[in-house]
Amino acid sequence: MHMQKNKKLKTNKMSNNEWPLWEVFIRSKQGLNHKHVGSLRASDEVMAIENARDVYTRRSEGISIWVVESNSVFASDSSDADEFFEPADSKIYRHPTFYDVPDGIEHM
Amino acid sequence: MKPLLEYTLRLGDDSLILGHRLSEWCGHGPILEEDIALTNIALDFVGQATNFLDYAAVLEGQNRTADDFAFLRFDKDYKNLLLVEQPNGDFGVTIVRQFLFDAYRKLLFEKLVNSKDDTIAGIAEKSLKETKYHLRHSSEWVIRLGDGTEESNRRVQDALNDLWRYTDELFYSDEVDAELTIQGIIPDLTSLKEDWLKIVDEVLTLAKIEKPSNNWKFQGGRIGKHSEHLGFILTELQFMQRAYPNMQW
Repeated sequence: MHMQKNKKLKTNKMSNNEWPLWEVFIRSKQGLNHKHVGSLRASDEVMAIENARDVYTRRSEGISIWVVESNSVFASDSSDADEFFEPADSKIYRHPTFYDVPDGIEHM
Repeated sequence: MKPLLEYTLRLGDDSLILGHRLSEWCGHGPILEEDIALTNIALDFVGQATNFLDYAAVLEGQNRTADDFAFLRFDKDYKNLLLVEQPNGDFGVTIVRQFLFDAYRKLLFEKLVNSKDDTIAGIAEKSLKETKYHLRHSSEWVIRLGDGTEESNRRVQDALNDLWRYTDELFYSDEVDAELTIQGIIPDLTSLKEDWLKIVDEVLTLAKIEKPSNNWKFQGGRIGKHSEHLGFILTELQFMQRAYPNMQW
């Protein structure tokens, strides 16, 4: 049985006293990598994993779960989008489309 | 009644009544995520009940179905434990009730997997995995709440003090059990008690909850003598089939 000591009912510093928000990533049976599926609230990582199991895998969606506290995610700023992403649009040579893929190579 | 039929009803009715109790939380859970968790568990129990009551119908051989057993028996015909029919109370009461039952159910299914009756063994095997998860879920919550705030500790302690009197019945044994134990169909239930206490002690210690010292014991559910709560459960559970016989949806 899985148990941990010192599990307090943690509250974060938000004024409404809600539990921290967690981002949930699930790897499906066929999937090679974990995909973001949504978010939920939980008082700590153990509860977050169990809540994710109940909320996001009840229809056999996955065989592995990651949770990350949303606070730990640092995201790009949408106002930077032009200088971040647009320059790549004109660099067609960065796609390996000029090569012949040998027979028998999968997942390309 | 044949011992195996009687015992199958005990297993099925525990699942049915506890599943119904948990379903009462649907839409009322303390947080959205826990609401879904409790509803999932409720559905697991209703699924178990379907399997056991299907088998009861086969064993009886009177052309009744699992639905007939679930919706059209009188209260005295239900053989569930008194523990599972106790009211939900606050979240702490529900979690303590669940923990006491899950610990027992896990140990029981671990033994029933080796039952000489193939159907019982099959249902036990199918149910064991989800039961392990149920126990994990309820244990975690007992620990969180017990070792949480002053108020959550008090509520869990109160719940345990109230429900403790129904735990002796988990190991209730009579001629039905004795016969089936001889046949290798079920374990000797009294043999589970030591392991059950071990799980309870382990979790209560982590939860900083005191095990009640009272040994006032209630039993009767296994022979159809119920607390007043079962009648109210059945009123709701059976309403549709009583008001609109044979209705399907």
